[in-house]
Order: sequence, then C-alpha cells, then structure tokens
Amino acid sequence: MPTIEIRGLTKRFGNKVVLDGLDLTVPGGRNTVVIGGSGTGKSVLLKCVLGLLRADEGEIRIGGEDVMKMDERELVRVRRRFGMLFQGAALFDSMNVEDNVAFALRRLHKYPERQIRNVVEEKLAMVGLYNIQSLMPSELSGGMKKRVGLARAIASEPEILLYDEPTTGLDPIMADVINELIIRLRVSLGVTSISITHDMKSAYKIADHIAMLYKGKIIEVATAEEIRHSTNPVVSQFVEGRAQGPITAEHEEFIRFVRRGGGSGVQEEQ
Amino acid sequence: MADERKKNGISLVLEHLGTTAYRMVEELGNVFVLFLQCVTGLVRPPSEFRNIMKQMEEVGIRSLPVVLVTAMFTGMVLALQSWSGFQRFQATHFVGSVVALSITRELGPVFAGLMVSGRVGAAMAAELGTMKVTEQIDALVTLATNPVKYLVLPRVIAATAVLPVLVIFADFVGILGGYFVAVYLLGANPYLYVNKTYQYLTFTDIYTGLIKAAVFGFLIALISCYNGFNAEGGAQGVGRATTRAVVASSMAVLVSDYFMTSFMF
Repeated sequence: MPTIEIRGLTKRFGNKVVLDGLDLTVPGGRNTVVIGGSGTGKSVLLKCVLGLLRADEGEIRIGGEDVMKMDERELVRVRRRFGMLFQGAALFDSMNVEDNVAFALRRLHKYPERQIRNVVEEKLAMVGLYNIQSLMPSELSGGMKKRVGLARAIASEPEILLYDEPTTGLDPIMADVINELIIRLRVSLGVTSISITHDMKSAYKIADHIAMLYKGKIIEVATAEEIRHSTNPVVSQFVEGRAQGPITAEHEEFIRFVRRGGGSGVQEEQ
Repeated sequence: MADERKKNGISLVLEHLGTTAYRMVEELGNVFVLFLQCVTGLVRPPSEFRNIMKQMEEVGIRSLPVVLVTAMFTGMVLALQSWSGFQRFQATHFVGSVVALSITRELGPVFAGLMVSGRVGAAMAAELGTMKVTEQIDALVTLATNPVKYLVLPRVIAATAVLPVLVIFADFVGILGGYFVAVYLLGANPYLYVNKTYQYLTFTDIYTGLIKAAVFGFLIALISCYNGFNAEGGAQGVGRATTRAVVASSMAVLVSDYFMTSFMF
C-alpha cells in the first residue's frame, strides 16, 4: 500500500496562511491520525492530499508520484486510489442507499450490473448493515449514515482511506462502533489511512501514529502512548483538553472573561 | 490598504465602484470557464444520457403547467388591451395579428424564460448549493466523477433543448387565449380573427422566438448552476445563491432578449 509523503506544504487563503510548510509522512498500511483544534487546517490538509484544493507550495507524493504537478486528468486517475468518509457522510440525498454505495462502481463499470447488487450487499455487511438498500439517506440515523458513507468509500476498493472527523456528532457507543470499523478495515484491507479528529479517545484507539497540527505545521509525530505523555506543552495541553496553556495563552483575555462568569452563555470552542 | 492616507468620500465611492466592476468581470469569466468545462465534458465519455433525460423531465414536463397558464393569461390580457386601444380607430380586426405576433416573437419566449428561471433556476441553485455545502460535490470528486460533467452539463443541455418545446406550447395556448377573449368576450368575428392571425404571421416570427427560448434555457441553467456551485456557508449561503440565481437569470433573459431581438429584427 502506498506511502504518502508531504513536504513543505503551504496553503494560503487571501492573507491567511493555513498550512505553513507542513511536513508529514504517512506510512503505507498504517493509520495516521492528525489532531488539532478547530480551524487549524486539518480539513484543508485532507483536501490538498485529494487534490480538491490546490496547495500553493510544497509536494505531496503518493507512492512516489507528486500530485502537485499533475493536471486534472491525471488527478482523476490518482483519486481512484482514494476513498473518503466525509464529516457529515455526504450521502447523495436524491439516491437510496444502494445507489449511493454502487455509485463509483457504476461510473467506473467495475462490475457487470447484476454483480453490483452482491458487491453492495457485501460492502454494507462489512460495516454491519443489512437490508437497508432501499432506504433514503433522510431515513437513516447519524451513525448509519456514517457507516453507509464508509461502505461507499470502500466500495471501489481504494488503497488509501481518508476520514474527516469520523466520530464527531455520534453518541459514545456509535463512535466506538465506527472506531472498531476503522481498525477492522485497516487490518482486513491493509489500507493506508489518514484520519483527522479532535476526539482524543478515538485518536488513541485507532491510531498507529498521531500527528499534532498547530499553526500550520506538524509539531509532533509519535505513537499514541508517546503522545499521551508528550513533554511538548502544546501537545499535552491539547490531548488533556486543558483550558490553560500555550494554545490558549493568546486568548488569555477571553479565558479570564469566562472565568469571571461574564461568559455564562458563551460556549468555548472545542 | 497599505497607505495611511485618509480616504475621502469620492475615493471611497470610486473604490466601491471599481471593486463591483472587477467582481462582475471576474464572475462573468468564471461563468465562461464553467461553460468551457461543460464543452469538454460533452466530448468525453461517459455520456450522461440518463441524467439528461431526468433533467428534461424536470425542466420540461414539470414546468409545462405554469408556462401554459402564464401564456394563456398573457394572450387573454393582450387581446383585451389591444382591443381597447384598436377600438379607438376602428381597427379591432387587427387584434388577432397583434396577439399572434407579440406572443410568438416576444411574450411567449420571455414569459416562459422568466417562469423557468423562477422555477427551475431556483431549484437548480438550491439543489446544487445544498450539495456543495453538505460536501456532496466533494464526494462526487472522490468517487471518480467530474461534478461539472455529472451535474451541470445535463442541466444545461436539458434546459437548452426543452425551453423551445415549452415555447411552442406557450405560443399555441397564448394565441388560443387571445382568440377566446376576442371571440367570446368581445364579440369579434371568429373567421376574421383566425384569418388575421394567420395572414401576417410568418415562419420567421416563430423560429426567432424558439432560438431566443433556447438561449434563455442555456443562460438560466448555466447561471443557476454557477451560483449553486459557489454557495458557501450553510443554509443561509444556499438561500443567497438561490436568490442570486433567480435575479441574475431573469436579468439575463431580459437583457439577452433585447440584443437578440435587435440582431434578428
């Protein structure tokens, strides 16, 4: 399975530098979890890897090929090696579950039409869903939507899976079901995967490596156990979820405001 | 701005005008790029035949009732108004010609265009906008599908092909509406009315109207899809995109109508 190497990746929106010379190596067949606060550019990173967004500088090598130098047609070819689970599942709401899961298979003519039903059933079984092919996405619960989204992502047998906040918005049990699925898919399919999350429980569970994104750079890459006991003050503040520390030091004024009780309706950003 | 000079009223106004003009040119360019992407999508497999058929049903069959009712009442009110005017110089026998020419040359295509931009343009912008903000368009890309080819191209082809057909029906029903009002309400001679309707109507009048309709369909679909594709920021963004789509495509219908008319006069 391909290794993904990201070197010096820079992405700006106007004057705002979101990714600032980011370096990250995602080893083949392993799950790398990128953690970081909201708005630190985790989603931007995934979208750059997929070529949904064009980065400004740097290189992204997928199995040795630099996607930054590719034109749209080559990108289409490379994207066939990817599957992605979106944060809100992003199921096509005009189609039922079967058509959603079969979408790429039909577009790519991967199987003859009569086999597609069986493939869909098999992929749905892999995520633990049975006999829901004719339901519409609006009839599914949040957890089911995510699992259908996962079935759709693995339908065309990708080599790389990208997870955008796989457990956000789910109850703890369903979140764990998704975690188990991610681990099982990695073991059974051997795919390379990148997950982005700020759910530390999920990160510890599914990660082979955890990388912390802060101010547009990866500041630490380590195993789950090492990250848990990291000496880097930024990392340890994040993984322990403390309100005080270097990340929030810039928002000191805000924190003091909340302390005083003045912010009794203000929800702190996660 | 980098310089610290104080801005006065005039330079603020000029700056605002400049930014607006710049944005407009930029957006026109972006719409044109979308059009070019459609053209390249047209020649590359797979063909989106089933999608085109589905959109034709949506644009054509479902818009037919509203277009027919509009055309019917336009023909009726046209008969009433021109009767009232022509009566003043004893020319009421020309009402049939006036209704037929106005409907086929101008009012049939324009009203059909406006109704379709309200109905179909809004639907396209809202659907594509929702797909954009819920990441369904990104999902299409990850599933080896070009979203422009899959979503925009079928809509543009369907609207361009179907609007002239809608206008054929609208022309017919509009002229019929005028006939009913003139003959049964105002007491026109039915034989004379039908005769005058045909006498001055040429094939050119009809087909220039149909060409206009095709162009309207094309512009409505392209503009609405563009706005949907560029929706940002949740429900509010989709609402904004829908409003912009309807306003811009209605304006495009009226503006392009003038230029096409002056060209094909």
